[in-house]
Amino acid sequence: MKVIKTLALGAGLAGLLLSTAHAEGLQGKVIGFSQIGSESGWRAAETSVTKQVAAERGVDLKFADAQQKQENQIKAIRGFIAQGVDAILVAPVVATGWEEVLTEAKEASIPVVLLDRGIEGPEDLYLTSVASDQVKEGRVAGEWLVGTVGDQTCNIVELQGTVGSSPAINRKQGFEEAIAGHANLSIIRSQTGDFTRSKGKEVMEGFLKAEGGGANICAVYAHNDDMAVGAIQAIKDAGLKPGSDILVVSIDAVPDIFSAMVAGEANATVELTPNMAGPAFDALQAYWDTGAEPEKFIITESKLYTPADDPQGEYDRRKGLGY
Amino acid sequence: MTERPVLEARGIVKVFGQHRALEAVDFTAHPGEVHALLGENGAGKSTLIKILTGAYQPDGGELLLEGQPITLRDPLHGQSYGIGTVYQEVNLLPNRSVAENLFLGRQPTRLGLVDRKRIDAQARELLSRYGLDIDVRAELSEYSVAVQQIVAIARAVELSGKVLVLDEPTASLDRNEVQRLFDVVRALKAKGLAIIFITHFLDQVFDLADRVTILRNGKRVTTQALDTLNTTDVVRMMLGKDVTFEHHPSALAGGPKGAVKVRFQGLGRKGMPAFDLAVHEGEVVGVAGLLGSGRTEVARLMFGVDGADTGEVFVDGQPVSIRNPAQAVAAGFGFCPEDRKLDGIFGDLSVRENIIIALQAKLGWFKALNREDQVELAGRYAEALDIRAADHDMPVKLLSGGNQQKVILARWLAIDPTFLILDEPTRGIDVGAHAEIVRTINRLREEGLALFVISSELDEVVAYSNRIVVMRDREMVAELDGDAIAPDAIVQAIAGTPEEARP
Amino acid sequence: MTRPTVDLRPTTQPPFPRPRPLATFFTRPQVIALAAVLFVNWLLFPGFFSVTWQDGRFFGSLIDVLNRGAPVAILAIGMTMVIATKGVDLSVGAVMAISGATAATLVTSGIPAPIAVAAALGTGLLCGLWNGILVTLLEIQPIIATLVLMVAGRGLAQLITEGYIVTFSDPLLIFIGTGSFLGFPMPVIIAATLMIAATLSVRRTALGLLIEAVGVNRSAARFAGLKAGALLLIVYSFAGFCAAVSGLIVAGDIRGADANNAGLWLELDAILAVVIGGTSLMGGRFSIPMAVLGAMIIQAMNTGILISGFSPQFNLVVKSAVIIVILVLQSPLSARLFRRLPGAPK
Repeated sequence: MKVIKTLALGAGLAGLLLSTAHAEGLQGKVIGFSQIGSESGWRAAETSVTKQVAAERGVDLKFADAQQKQENQIKAIRGFIAQGVDAILVAPVVATGWEEVLTEAKEASIPVVLLDRGIEGPEDLYLTSVASDQVKEGRVAGEWLVGTVGDQTCNIVELQGTVGSSPAINRKQGFEEAIAGHANLSIIRSQTGDFTRSKGKEVMEGFLKAEGGGANICAVYAHNDDMAVGAIQAIKDAGLKPGSDILVVSIDAVPDIFSAMVAGEANATVELTPNMAGPAFDALQAYWDTGAEPEKFIITESKLYTPADDPQGEYDRRKGLGY
Repeated sequence: MTERPVLEARGIVKVFGQHRALEAVDFTAHPGEVHALLGENGAGKSTLIKILTGAYQPDGGELLLEGQPITLRDPLHGQSYGIGTVYQEVNLLPNRSVAENLFLGRQPTRLGLVDRKRIDAQARELLSRYGLDIDVRAELSEYSVAVQQIVAIARAVELSGKVLVLDEPTASLDRNEVQRLFDVVRALKAKGLAIIFITHFLDQVFDLADRVTILRNGKRVTTQALDTLNTTDVVRMMLGKDVTFEHHPSALAGGPKGAVKVRFQGLGRKGMPAFDLAVHEGEVVGVAGLLGSGRTEVARLMFGVDGADTGEVFVDGQPVSIRNPAQAVAAGFGFCPEDRKLDGIFGDLSVRENIIIALQAKLGWFKALNREDQVELAGRYAEALDIRAADHDMPVKLLSGGNQQKVILARWLAIDPTFLILDEPTRGIDVGAHAEIVRTINRLREEGLALFVISSELDEVVAYSNRIVVMRDREMVAELDGDAIAPDAIVQAIAGTPEEARP
Repeated sequence: MTRPTVDLRPTTQPPFPRPRPLATFFTRPQVIALAAVLFVNWLLFPGFFSVTWQDGRFFGSLIDVLNRGAPVAILAIGMTMVIATKGVDLSVGAVMAISGATAATLVTSGIPAPIAVAAALGTGLLCGLWNGILVTLLEIQPIIATLVLMVAGRGLAQLITEGYIVTFSDPLLIFIGTGSFLGFPMPVIIAATLMIAATLSVRRTALGLLIEAVGVNRSAARFAGLKAGALLLIVYSFAGFCAAVSGLIVAGDIRGADANNAGLWLELDAILAVVIGGTSLMGGRFSIPMAVLGAMIIQAMNTGILISGFSPQFNLVVKSAVIIVILVLQSPLSARLFRRLPGAPK
């Protein structure tokens, strides 16, 4: 099992090596990375991708896992400052309480880049932040569906994320914006699946029963791939074909949704890229090379994947990343 | 001792529901005396004390302080009149400093702030008067109970200064600590305080007190100067049986005994001197002794509730291991515990289940008594013991105390026991049920059972025992058999001599 | 110190609640509550009671309720006995995650599925035994003792899966979660079997009575010669076993072990099911079938909310309101009120 994983990691690495512009500008730089922890597959993938990108660019990455605690992150950042690193990447576990330690970094003239999440506080405490746009992710998914169904009437059921969480709110908003001008598309049912497979499956079962065994449903939109994977199983259990009888569109682009695409059971996913470090390194390199201050908010690409985008290849590339 | 009492109670009556805890009790405390208050558990000592300190309001009678009638709302109010109390469990704040405890609520202040230096200095000075030289800034809990007691006394005296009530202050002290405490008390007495002293250690009473008031069943038996009394007199008055209790039935005394059923040899554990005892078939061994003399502890040791450190147990001459009650039950022992509610009944379970539970435990998990067996067993023993329950499926907690006791007795009879231990089998039950339990014990003895019965009711013990073991200070100090079961002998054995009365 | 002089003779006592004839089954608050919830579901969705035969199995919302309620019902079977001893087991959700993770990791690394299943169940037993040891030998309060595994257990599961959702395609594991037998989903079959087996083994032996005795008065149980410690070890181990079974079902259902989310907060649903089933948290009398019924009430409510089309923000509000009504209905207060009503059963 270990061997397979290592092989897959190698494949993933190769993929990234191909996909990223080769650069020598960061060779020999020492960069500290304070990661939140490994609470989700995506987080684990972000860690491994960051390590890979660093290795590829010749960066000496100092990695610190904070195990969900801000105090650990602050300790790690102080450690990085004491070691005299060239730059610091932080995926902040909470939004507040950063001013003191980031001021220390600023006084030591060490640029700080925030990954994935923002903080509250003066913007001059960090060089830039790299994050995805959750509303845009929802919009991309919605636009794909609009383009796919054309003029046909399409009843959509929605599997929301955890009630009140920001991805659930934003991804719902973006999707609704995208289908707003199209009267033939409407969301007929929307429930929370708590971002989990088993709840996704259970809620989809309920939707299918309530909508004439699924006959009234044209598409399911899930706020993450895990719920979509659960929904696909529910659709199959109901005797329907996911991917054709009911379209499946979701967000995240984790490996399992690509294997569903290979089987023809999923139609589209929008990537929440785990590669936050790539744009961060680009910004640092530009800053060091030219002295140019990057934009404060770098938005990662929300790339759409469909079965036309070599799902098997995407699956293999991602499998080893820790999702 | 001066002529006029500082605190006087006249005709105090206190009623709790249907129970008259105190009936027309008079009590006086004079300056410069130590007045001991004695009585068995339930005699009304605590009730009287609570009325004297203001914790309870009397339902009749009056309190006079230096001849003036007073009404105390609560202990704080009593304190303002100069009446202070120190309880067995020190009720100070263990995690505050000694000095803070002494001055809590009345700290000397400077510019509105607590003047810590002055507090500490005053505390040191105050405690030195009690012969204590300790770091007053340290937390109270760092010191021994004896020191804490003295701190509590110092505080109470500082706050009140006329009457000091000591409620079982020596219960958790060792001999040296007791002496130290007594020195403090004598010094306070010399200063003219009236001290009311409650204890169940008779030797301490004779050691310290000038006068004694004895209560029994809520009534005052006597108030006398102690130099006119000896220990035996005091015990007799506490027990109240005087010399008049019924003579020991001669049928029991020295009568034929069966074979030795159970034998305990050298059984003991930490804090419990080893003892030897053999109980024969068809014999009741009664246990006499004051509360706290180790009666219950012996029973717990026999039944494996507390594991023995030393000794052996033989049933019918064969050694058996009794490390826990389950093993005791397996050996055919039964135990009706003193605290019926806590250790005896399963309140929410039915009468039937309460009766069969020990037998079921003995049979094991998989040999379940079926419903018919249960109904039959419960019916048989309920009838034999005349358990009055409308329905054997009703929860046992709805039964009266006497019927509950009979249910527990039935539970043990159901296992067909070899040896039965009864700890205060008649406590807290009505007169009718009381007589029935005594009759049952006699019947069981006649049927050949070996019994070990603990009771505070001396006449009761005498009525059914073939032999009486007297306990004092956790030791079996005397064994009376046959004609030797004479009231005087029992009372004297319980009282012991003052010199011996402390561990 | 008090010696009551009045002997209260037991005269007119309220009827003791057990055993009841089957006829009174339908007047129990739990049964009425379930009927009411199902009725509301039917109002919200007229097709609720329709069950069809499809692909060799029954198909319909009612079957979904049974199927989705099964994991909590299985937890509740074990939890009932723990609660009957005056304990509680907060770790069952985490044990589910451990069990699923164990089975999934083993089958994906090539171990035969029956062995993986046995290992998962064994792990659950061990987890339960651990709880039992903390409660009996170390005398830690159950809520604290099991809190240890509730927190640590999920971490353990994540260690086993290394943080991934371990997906598998092993037919046996998938069958446990999604297969069917006699037309009913496997989880339902498993839950029903466990319920019957557990009920028989506590009621046909003395275990049930002895467990109740320990729960009512542990000290008196000791004095009566009961081996309370051994009983507690068995009860907690069984709760761990039930959690492991439940964990296998949840993993099989989604064909993967999700250490982060499997069984998350389900311990609370299980405790709720037991309480709805009428077993007091103070220990004593218990009923396994009633706890299973309690689990079904909770699931019927969840399913009802799903098909009602309410916005998910209302889920918890609706759920808690219904639960409050059920608990009030079975409280002693309402029992007294009912008795006062003219014509109410005496």
